[in-house]
Amino acid sequence: MTTQTMPKTYLDDIFATTYPETLPFWAAAEQKRLLIKSCEACMRAHWYPRVVCPLCGSDKTIWKDASGRGTIYSFSVIERADPPYVIAWVQMEEGPIAITNIVDCDYKTLKIGDQVSVRFQQTPEGRTVPVYTPV
Amino acid sequence: MSTQGKAYIVGAYEHPTRFAPDKSVTQLHAESALGALRDAGLTLADVDGYFCAGDVPGATPLSMAEYLNLNLRWMDGTELGGCSYMVHVRHAALAIAEGKCSVALITLAGKPKSTGMATGTKPRSLGPERPETPFDLPYQTTITSVYGMLAQRHMYEYGTTAEQMAAVKVAASTHAQYNENALLKKVVSVEDVVNSPIIASPLRRLDCCVITDGGGALVVTSAEIAKKLKRPLVKIIGTGETINTSNGGYLDATSSGAAVTGQMAFKEAGLTVNDIKYASIYDNFTIMVLIQLEDLGFCKKGQSGAFVGEGNLISGKGKLPWNTDGGGLCNNHPNNRGGITKVIEAVRQLRGEAHPSVQVKNCDIALASGPGLVLGVGHAHSTIIMERE
Repeated sequence: MTTQTMPKTYLDDIFATTYPETLPFWAAAEQKRLLIKSCEACMRAHWYPRVVCPLCGSDKTIWKDASGRGTIYSFSVIERADPPYVIAWVQMEEGPIAITNIVDCDYKTLKIGDQVSVRFQQTPEGRTVPVYTPV
Repeated sequence: MSTQGKAYIVGAYEHPTRFAPDKSVTQLHAESALGALRDAGLTLADVDGYFCAGDVPGATPLSMAEYLNLNLRWMDGTELGGCSYMVHVRHAALAIAEGKCSVALITLAGKPKSTGMATGTKPRSLGPERPETPFDLPYQTTITSVYGMLAQRHMYEYGTTAEQMAAVKVAASTHAQYNENALLKKVVSVEDVVNSPIIASPLRRLDCCVITDGGGALVVTSAEIAKKLKRPLVKIIGTGETINTSNGGYLDATSSGAAVTGQMAFKEAGLTVNDIKYASIYDNFTIMVLIQLEDLGFCKKGQSGAFVGEGNLISGKGKLPWNTDGGGLCNNHPNNRGGITKVIEAVRQLRGEAHPSVQVKNCDIALASGPGLVLGVGHAHSTIIMERE
């Protein structure tokens, strides 16, 4: 690179800034903390984070720290990509299932039910997103 | 108000092209419209209701209505992906029953093949406007990989095998050999499917539908007009539509919106699965047929693999003749949307106009069913039951 540029952050990322109400999530992820939206009315966590609880309709949703642990609900290996990569649904310890990648793994040995824990990766657009790796 | 017996499908046309670099999407819509109206014995001047989805130029009924110079009193631009056109049949039946229009035209067209779209294998490219996108897009999800996850879960919960999924493609290809317009006319074996390259595990190339340019159209009208026309009478007797959300992350990846729309349509028709002589079930991927067979009630949960493995989808041989045009897996998937061709082949069966080698004898009741958009991340679903009067 011939020109110096400031490293991107979530604030440079239109996928984060289009939703001002999700900025706390992206700010925490940049600090390697995983937040989850939880409802003070029904006490359940949901995914992806919303202002209105999709499970009970309450608008009393708050950010909580997630444990970062989960299990693989299902997965698919995109073997024709170079290198191959893994799309997965991970059931978070708090309950909901999130779409994600399984990284740093031998994809040939992955199984539904495998335990995973969160890692963070920055996207080309600037925000940092949770991915998971087998424990 | 129920859609039971209030409206008839009098025109059905599947554009014969599968590759149309020399035609615009607008032209394909227009040719499909004329094809269906000719089939019905009607003209553009008779149309007073127009139904289309997001594949029309401008994603609104306006441009096609202007282009065809339609004189409308009812329009509906409901966009729900591949099943939009089944939902349109339902909405048209209701509008006709309410007297809001009398001749409803539904069109679909697109040309993903000639524009080189890698529909199922390229990571989805979406803007930030959908609220789920910031949380989905970074993972380079492909459409095939989402259905791969559904297949993986179905195999895990029910012991479904790759060979059973392959039997769906075998049935489609068995039918497609008789369809002169089918993109893939070669009959394939289970071995051919399970030896084809993996696209997104566990799905292989032959578990995936074709990519085609093309189009189709339907004409729905009232009993009064239908009975003046010269075509066999195909009556709409039960319909359903829903959106199956990801339920805030508490999803069941082994079920689909078919569990809701099937029940709605059967209840309205006053029928059960045992009454269905022919079924068009959307086959974007082989696994999707298994899931819907279970959700619609043709099989108990977990038993669809064995059902299809025994050849039950093959016309003249099995218990449930299915997708006798070759379906999306072999025949046609115009603009990556299989809803309209599902209705069209069901209409052919009810009229006795399917290819003689796949025509179901005494086919008096048929079902068309399918999803729209992508399962597992919120999808639409619709089911239509039709009867030959």
